[in-house]
Amino acid sequence: MSTGILLQIAQTLLAILLAPLLMGWVNQCRAWLQGRSAPPITQPYRTLRKLFHKDAVIASNASPLFRFAPYMIFACMALAAGIVPSVVNDLPFSLEADVIVLVGILALARVFLALAAMDIGTSFGTLGARREMLVSFLAEPALLMVFFTASLISQSTELPVIVETLAHSEFAIYPSLAFAAVAFWMISVAENARIPVDNPTTHLELTMIHEAMILEYSARHLALIEWAVALKLFTYSALGIALFLPWGIAGQGDIAAMPLALLAMVVKLALGGAALSLLEAISAKVRLFRAPEFLGTAFLLAVLGMLIHFLLEV
Amino acid sequence: MTLTYHLQIVNLLAAVLLLISFSMLSQRRITGLITLFALQGAALAMSTLLVAWSTHQHHLYYSAAITLVLKVIAMPWYFFRIVKKLDVDRDVEPMINIPTTMLIGIVLVIFSFNLALPISQLSGTVMRSTLGIAMATVLLAFLMMITRKKAIPQVIGFLAMENGLFFAATSTTYGMPLVVELGVALDVMVAVFVLSIFFFQIRETFDSLDLKHMEKLKER
Repeated sequence: MSTGILLQIAQTLLAILLAPLLMGWVNQCRAWLQGRSAPPITQPYRTLRKLFHKDAVIASNASPLFRFAPYMIFACMALAAGIVPSVVNDLPFSLEADVIVLVGILALARVFLALAAMDIGTSFGTLGARREMLVSFLAEPALLMVFFTASLISQSTELPVIVETLAHSEFAIYPSLAFAAVAFWMISVAENARIPVDNPTTHLELTMIHEAMILEYSARHLALIEWAVALKLFTYSALGIALFLPWGIAGQGDIAAMPLALLAMVVKLALGGAALSLLEAISAKVRLFRAPEFLGTAFLLAVLGMLIHFLLEV
Repeated sequence: MTLTYHLQIVNLLAAVLLLISFSMLSQRRITGLITLFALQGAALAMSTLLVAWSTHQHHLYYSAAITLVLKVIAMPWYFFRIVKKLDVDRDVEPMINIPTTMLIGIVLVIFSFNLALPISQLSGTVMRSTLGIAMATVLLAFLMMITRKKAIPQVIGFLAMENGLFFAATSTTYGMPLVVELGVALDVMVAVFVLSIFFFQIRETFDSLDLKHMEKLKER
């Protein structure tokens, strides 16, 4: 048990430390694809260091919630990153918390972010919070549907069991999982504020969603939120890999398989990040009022995946 | 799961067919619709080919070839030409807005899956479970015909419906006899030609392909 806990801590720390690197890689790929000279891959670390060294400026009418929220959001994201099996499969966190708890933890972080955005009372914060809620209340049921499709195949909502079923059983093509994978891609694009739904680099009032919410934050608070955003991207990527491409993950106690699992994870993350930046480079941002349609399509695909599971795979 | 790999791929293609039907429902532009129709034909031809290969039904090779030539190459090319000639590739809002149409589509899918379940038990083919998807494809194409205002999307809906019927025939009885299939292919082709003449006539009379103008023909 104690090795399990040690491994759990190691994996969570690894996720926390690697998350900005993934962000840097995605930014670098995107810059290449857009024909700009790319920032170094360690740029997110430098930004974080710079922000941690600055003095925080906080609005005079901010409540304690405003100071507390960044720590809460970061903690939630770190916990979520710990639950998703990335390198080792049967770790204590993921045995304790199933996918529904994971969705709940992500929702908790979102609620705190939205509350903190409305706390100061500027119009931008409120606008951002409302838009975020619009996007996320549509994305959350779709995400649950994706999880249910995977759960129907493996007869369990626990991530280790799902991963185990898909990684180590006889190879079979699951049409339902193909639908769920497309839906999951759309959801993670929306949840991570990437291009068809939101643009992570914009500060244009008409279009921004996520950036509008964190405009009032500075210094260490901003650094924690940026770090949490990177962790969220990492968590969603690891989740996608665990659900749809789980081959190569190591079981608990299988120390010999771990270096290979780590290598597989890094390669898969690198490919996933490159694919994300490619799709971002070729697609245009949709209007905010088209976002419900985008997420409605994701929900539809997830539901279709479930239906097809009942028709073709039972 | 005891199915062999090529039958699993047929199942996957059936799922893709359903997915394309839904994308057709949500597609606003006419050229996009034509591309999707060509893709649907390609998926259909490929699944027919796989079934032919795995069950050694030789006439299915001919069906696959007819589908490929007619529905993937000839008709889309012809439609692209008409669209270019008539210059009608603009955003069209359907009668019911698209998210609502999609929800109705899901209800239709559930309905047809339920309906197909007892029927497919009676059939003895290896891919009988895809009958539900074939029926859903037919119903979704029908829904598209109902909700669109312009003439070309309606005709594409009609052709997509034919695709669904063809898939249903392949999945339950390994396809119709070759004579019937040739007859249907010819019928569909003639229908497309006749309808395309109608397009030009409608456009000449009303200066638009929007079929709501046809209501003016009513006597008051």
